[in-house]
Amino acid sequence: MVRVEFLGPIGKEPLELDVENLNQLSIVLKDDSSLKSWLENSAVAVNDILVSDKNHPLKDGDKVSLLPPVCGG
Amino acid sequence: MEIKYHFYHLFVVADMLELYDGSLEVEKITNSWYDRFRLSNYGAIITFVGVVRDEDGIDGLSFDIYEPILNSWFNDWQKKANEQNAIVLMAHSRGDVFNHTSSYIAAVCSPKRRVALELIDSFVEDFKASAPIWKYDIINGKRVYALKRSTKIKSAGILS
Repeated sequence: MVRVEFLGPIGKEPLELDVENLNQLSIVLKDDSSLKSWLENSAVAVNDILVSDKNHPLKDGDKVSLLPPVCGG
Repeated sequence: MEIKYHFYHLFVVADMLELYDGSLEVEKITNSWYDRFRLSNYGAIITFVGVVRDEDGIDGLSFDIYEPILNSWFNDWQKKANEQNAIVLMAHSRGDVFNHTSSYIAAVCSPKRRVALELIDSFVEDFKASAPIWKYDIINGKRVYALKRSTKIKSAGILS
């Protein structure tokens, strides 16, 4: 199982999902209409490292974080 | 003496990124940085203080921080700075910060001014673009996400 966390303003409780890569995760999350705009504007980290490849594999125990647009300072 | 100095330096490096609940005590923090580093022969110390502006009817700003990624982002900048014999320092608020108080301080210490002047620019600009910190306006006691002033992190949208 992979834990998915929604950071900052997304305001959604974490999910535990059975997915093998970010592609599959994308399919699952797209089913949730409340996430549509967040999926478009959020970056993704796997185990706290930002990733840019949709084929990035996920293994049991991994943590995926969605990071919406930022504004520090 | 040399070994003692290196130990001191290693010990101090851990505390270069400071997070506080609420407004920053600007004088306390910047004075502590000056006291810590003035003996290290940094000829140039540049401090950037960000102050919350009273505008658009807000009472202040509020912040969420994702620390694991903030720490790695900061450590990468420390390595970049160290390559030029400089160091970076930063303080940021968590939670509510009211108008006319500070939420963010960044500093660069360098032997020479040119490196410091250039580093503070790129350090602050990259902070704005990349640091995993989310800003909310405080309006009538409520937090309203400041989407319009926020920047998508590089590689945003890969799940869409």
